[in-house]
Amino acid sequence: MSNPTEAIKEKSMVIQKEMLGDLFTQLSNAKENGKKVVYTFVPGNLTELILALDMLPVYPEINALQSGMRKKSGSYIKDAEKLGFSEDVCTYVKCDIGMMLNGNIGPTGEQLPPPDLLLLSYTGCFTFLKWFENLERLYPGVEIAMLHTPYQEDGKITDDQINYMVKQLTEEVIPKLEKVAGKKMDYDRLSKMLENSSKSEQLWVEVLQSAKNVPSPIDSYFAGVYYMGPLFTAFRGTEKALEYYQELHNEVFERMRLGLHPINPEGEMKEERFRLVVEGPPNWTNFREFWKIFYDMGAVIVASTYTKVGGVYDGGFRHEPEKPLESLAKYCMGCYTNLNLPQRVDLIEHYIKEYKADGFLINSIKSCNSFSAGQLLIMREIEQRCGVPVGFIESDLVDPRYFSYANIKNRLESYFQMLEQRKIIMQQEGASI
Amino acid sequence: MERLTKTIKECESLAFDLNFKEAKKWKSEGADRVLVGYLPIYVPREIIHAANGLGVGIMGVGDRKQIIKGDAYYQSYICHLPRGIIELALDHNLDGFDGFLFPAICDCVRNLSGMFKIVKKGKFTRYFDYPQNFDMNIGGTFYRELIETVMADIKAINGVEVTVEQLNHSIALYNKNRSLIEKIYNIRQEFPWRLSAVDFYHVLRAGLVIPVERHNEMLEEVYSVIQNDIGEPMDNIRIVISGSFCEQPPIGLIKSIEMAGCYIIDDDFMLGSRWIMGDVDATTDNPLNALVSAFLEKSVPSSAIYDVDNPKGKRLVDQVRMRQADGVIFCAASFCDPALLDRPDLQKACDEAGVAHINFQFHENTGQFKVIKEQAGTFSDSIKLWV
Repeated sequence: MSNPTEAIKEKSMVIQKEMLGDLFTQLSNAKENGKKVVYTFVPGNLTELILALDMLPVYPEINALQSGMRKKSGSYIKDAEKLGFSEDVCTYVKCDIGMMLNGNIGPTGEQLPPPDLLLLSYTGCFTFLKWFENLERLYPGVEIAMLHTPYQEDGKITDDQINYMVKQLTEEVIPKLEKVAGKKMDYDRLSKMLENSSKSEQLWVEVLQSAKNVPSPIDSYFAGVYYMGPLFTAFRGTEKALEYYQELHNEVFERMRLGLHPINPEGEMKEERFRLVVEGPPNWTNFREFWKIFYDMGAVIVASTYTKVGGVYDGGFRHEPEKPLESLAKYCMGCYTNLNLPQRVDLIEHYIKEYKADGFLINSIKSCNSFSAGQLLIMREIEQRCGVPVGFIESDLVDPRYFSYANIKNRLESYFQMLEQRKIIMQQEGASI
Repeated sequence: MERLTKTIKECESLAFDLNFKEAKKWKSEGADRVLVGYLPIYVPREIIHAANGLGVGIMGVGDRKQIIKGDAYYQSYICHLPRGIIELALDHNLDGFDGFLFPAICDCVRNLSGMFKIVKKGKFTRYFDYPQNFDMNIGGTFYRELIETVMADIKAINGVEVTVEQLNHSIALYNKNRSLIEKIYNIRQEFPWRLSAVDFYHVLRAGLVIPVERHNEMLEEVYSVIQNDIGEPMDNIRIVISGSFCEQPPIGLIKSIEMAGCYIIDDDFMLGSRWIMGDVDATTDNPLNALVSAFLEKSVPSSAIYDVDNPKGKRLVDQVRMRQADGVIFCAASFCDPALLDRPDLQKACDEAGVAHINFQFHENTGQFKVIKEQAGTFSDSIKLWV
């Protein structure tokens, strides 16, 4: 395995880095500055509500994945296992708990403040519920707000579900947020933030859809996880996020105009050999090595489901300033892992066709039943419906024990050979017609 | 005694009939009867019963069926229960079922509901998304709408309009069912040798596949026999089993624990049959609300319910005290996130309360029990000798 070189940075990346740096500085100074801190989750997050009340969000999943990228997750997980957590359970949870046991040091090396409120917006993952029960016990007496997001079991969002969520928001979640913030919700401010959200979402969708172009100017998975950051976490609804997405949009469309390939940590790709759709989260402990296997082979991910966990915006959803709570409810219910399996298959099929993909690959994550349970059936369905080669690899989110570089590389190389072979056959068949 | 042996034998056969012959036979005896399969842990079977249906618990295949197709549908790191159930579906064991309910207990069961939709099993398939909000006006309203949706699904098949009287009648029958089950647990708490845990397990599990009226008769019979001084007490410790509420341990495992010197005096094996603690009001003119309110206010401690304000650890310790048990065996299925994520906190609560405990994991077709037997035996000896 070669050592990846220093990553090349575009202006949008610099903006994002500044945004994150600023957030973590605010978090480390939160107590001195009297800022309240809310721990919450990425899918179905209620960032605008938190920010509109001048509180700061912390996302335990993001802490976990950053611990994974910083090679700290392995020891955190072992510490949680010493506490009695089974090897079998979600490694995000164990990594987060291990991080707290080790002083709750964030990615900038500064200590993250303890929560003033645990906001469990429980969307698309049953384990979130167990995670926050455990957090509550680590922070006894902390305020808790719970938002139960109904699953789209019938493939649609019903009025009953929206009413249920709006009632939870108005009668329980917002009063609890207001209590902790010590102020009332300013709905005009909230609407303004949702307007910003909607504009950022539009730009984000256009960035994603640029990958329909051949060659694609972006990698929608490996680079996509960076692109989605501001919208899926602490910045949705802010002017800064809007600025970021405007800059990203400009860069990507300029690349597309020039016919350029995606940027990766070693520079610009020179060739697009394979266009893939990927299902499942990436591995974070070996993210760069994992990505390198793809770009070394000229494989570009043109669409991915993971970049929809914080909202399937390319399906048309936008936050609506005129209906703030209804639109937050619909947003939560519309996140990818809250879709039922037939909806997920339909979406992937759509991506493969719309983005002219050569193949479909699943990175099945040991820790994440929400994604992984049913993926083998998804794979069969896609193979039947689309007739493209499908690949299947296994790894984990943040447990380095479950990332086998040689095994994954081997499998992917075989898969790419299969794609290459198919291309040759299809070219021959095309030539003979 | 002879009748009891015969009943238990019958229950054993019913409990593990993976073709659900009795349920299908019941359905064949009436034109508007429907079969609704449900997965662990709980659905309000009263509503199915009142609509001339039979709720049939599908608790997995245990070690009674070789899994071939199911393994092709699930990765190795996913629990065993869903692979057995998809195998049943693909092998046509579930043909004749009209609908399926998948309670909101974990992501595996949730996604299995979508798999059933894709492989087109049943006339309806519902993820039974119980509320995690326990306010009658918020979660209660949502839950009532969920129940009404299922009732509409059944009505679309058989045209039965459920009346208040019918639903109250069904509620009363299930109240009786739960009451009898609790009475048997209470006798076993004091005299566990009168009915082995394995026999009781068979009796409870049989109740998931037959009409409640018939199960009540069986329970009454068991209850009446074990009120007598039968069997020989042994020098065993008394333990509570925790963590087996969904995927069920193989019978060999339950037997091994008992043979190792542990009387199982309480457990969560068939938790769905005991879900509502106490009676649901069967006398109101709004029985749906009675069911909803029972769910919100009287649900048993479970890993499927968000209970930040009512910690499970304390309730487990209370259960141990109430049953006068000597310890807890944490016995969860491998890869069961809900049970295994609860375990550290439950263990901590036991430690703080001075309750002895051990733990192990299983899967429904575990075939080797030697290690478990040794572990349980050592646990029993250590309590007998040192506590």
